[in-house]
Amino acid sequence: MSDFLRSWLVLVVFAGLAVLLVSAFLGLGSLLRPSRDTPQKTINYESGVDPQGDMWAQSNIRYYVFALMFVLFDVETVFIFPWATRLEVYGVFGLVEMAIFIFILALGLFYAWRKRLLRWV
Amino acid sequence: MTFAVELAWWQQTGIRAVVGLLAVLLPAGTLVYLFLFKMMSFMQSRLGPMEAGPYGSLQLLAEVGKFLQKEDIIPRKADRIVFKAAPFVVLISTFLLVLVIPAGPDAWFIDVDTGIFLALAVSSISVIGILMAGWASSSKYSLMGGLRAAGQLVAYELPLVLAVMGVVIQAGTLNVQDIVMAQATGEIFGWGGIGNPFIFTQFLGFAIFLVAVQAELTQPPFDMPVAESEIVTGYLTEYTGLRFLLFFIGEFATAGIFSALAATLFLGGWYVPGIDPTNDLFNVLGPAILLGKVVLVAFLIFWFRFTYPRFREDQLQQLAWKVLIPLSLANIVVTGILKVVF
Repeated sequence: MSDFLRSWLVLVVFAGLAVLLVSAFLGLGSLLRPSRDTPQKTINYESGVDPQGDMWAQSNIRYYVFALMFVLFDVETVFIFPWATRLEVYGVFGLVEMAIFIFILALGLFYAWRKRLLRWV
Repeated sequence: MTFAVELAWWQQTGIRAVVGLLAVLLPAGTLVYLFLFKMMSFMQSRLGPMEAGPYGSLQLLAEVGKFLQKEDIIPRKADRIVFKAAPFVVLISTFLLVLVIPAGPDAWFIDVDTGIFLALAVSSISVIGILMAGWASSSKYSLMGGLRAAGQLVAYELPLVLAVMGVVIQAGTLNVQDIVMAQATGEIFGWGGIGNPFIFTQFLGFAIFLVAVQAELTQPPFDMPVAESEIVTGYLTEYTGLRFLLFFIGEFATAGIFSALAATLFLGGWYVPGIDPTNDLFNVLGPAILLGKVVLVAFLIFWFRFTYPRFREDQLQQLAWKVLIPLSLANIVVTGILKVVF
């Protein structure tokens, strides 16, 4: 196997390590802890009173808008990363190109700002 | 230079796995004891734990022993599989994050050319775990907390990534090992006496990075997802005993690793000025030097944590979108211009 694939295999090993640690902890705990289930215990906590209504509630639209903005800007950073790595090679040409790119993005952010999408109401 | 003894790949990986386990748990324990137990107590004019071990140094083990004996309660209406899987996802994110941090010229877990990109990518996996925890608990507080956490983490993910971009521009590489080397051999506007720890040329980036890390860790003043006076403990409300402890370990291990990341990117990582960076000595000294810098950065993070009161939810979002993101975009442009001009 090539060195490249091997270093990524280490990643899989570490993910396995995390699963192992959590399992070991929970396994050890299950040997030590008591288990006396009563119906009262398994009710959701809602400040001491019995919970009202259904828990699977609808969520507010504002989370969706922010998530959408995040996706836009995250895709942008994907484009900036290779440019940032090779800036020395591109020189002034790369600089001007990226200045235009970032300007358009900043314009987008400003538009969202003026449209009052950045307000958390 | 490599080790005097040549090891097979699986032996190396075995050693890395053991060291990785230590690298996650040891800084986490150190931070909890040093800052959460002791520094916070001293700042509040009390002694903190004193009974278990000298100056309460074994308090943490006692806590783990306590949590091991707690009953494991899963709410009746919860989605059991997702509820149980959430701590795994959070811990996987933490363990993958520690991978990219080098502790010496040859002491690394993984040496890939996209190192810092990998770190930023896996750091956002924990959002999924937190959202899973919030949604699966089927509690209103948990759902609110989970959504708040998701909104906060994605908002501060951007300044975090954009602040790192300045370092990438200066170093000209995504490989974390090469970024450390660039700081060790670099010079500040022609003066190379102490190399170029990027904190000097990227101070704005460092400041943005720290603020974003603070928010990513959902620590005060950015702890609305677990604000106890508003929504009990947010997405952790229904978690008891060990599962709660696992989230707690995840949080403090991530605090340690983000501090290590900040130390590596901005403070020169395992390098100290005065010794040649290719010297074999760094394979031994490197981890200790890195840990020293981690404690330094973590001190800053926890200092903020214990000093500032909680923000409001809208203030939090405005800080990210209206201050930090424009600032970090400007930082990229200015760094780029300076890089091309000089």
